[in-house]
Amino acid sequence: MPHALDVFTVITVSSGAVLFLAGTVGLLRFPDTLTRLHALTKADNLGLGLVVLGLLPLAQSRLDGLKLISIWLLVQLSGAIAAQLIANVARQEGPPP
Amino acid sequence: MINYLYAAAAFILAMVALGLLRVFYGPAEADRMMAVQLLGTGGVAVLLIVGVAAAVPAVVDVGLMLALLAAFVAVAFVTYAPRT
Repeated sequence: MPHALDVFTVITVSSGAVLFLAGTVGLLRFPDTLTRLHALTKADNLGLGLVVLGLLPLAQSRLDGLKLISIWLLVQLSGAIAAQLIANVARQEGPPP
Repeated sequence: MINYLYAAAAFILAMVALGLLRVFYGPAEADRMMAVQLLGTGGVAVLLIVGVAAAVPAVVDVGLMLALLAAFVAVAFVTYAPRT
């Protein structure tokens, strides 16, 4: 059974790492600011979420697992709000979409 | 298993460092800010992985602090962003 949990961790953490790769590629290659923001928020939410999901079986106690999830929720909340605010600034300083 | 986790953390760190090129090139101020946001989230992911893999709970707390600081940086940016 521990073996199955290890496989689960490897798969989810690898998926999270691939999403960070996708976020970086999108940030560097997409043509304008708003599409780059789109790539960034995907990496933020889903990438960190998958990494946290993969780390949950390795947490020492139930409290540590809850702490990991709440860190993810904090990043999720602040990332969503920051994306809206940054998009507003990008619209004001750049050409209209 | 532990080695795999360290390798994944190193990979994420390398990706985030590569994304910082956008701070250098980015035409708009918002582009530079987005690369820093990616650094914040990627840094949190790396710190959580290292904290769990090395079984040092304090590192997870450092990740929590980095998440808080990334949120504050975004708010400071939109408050003081140069308006053209």
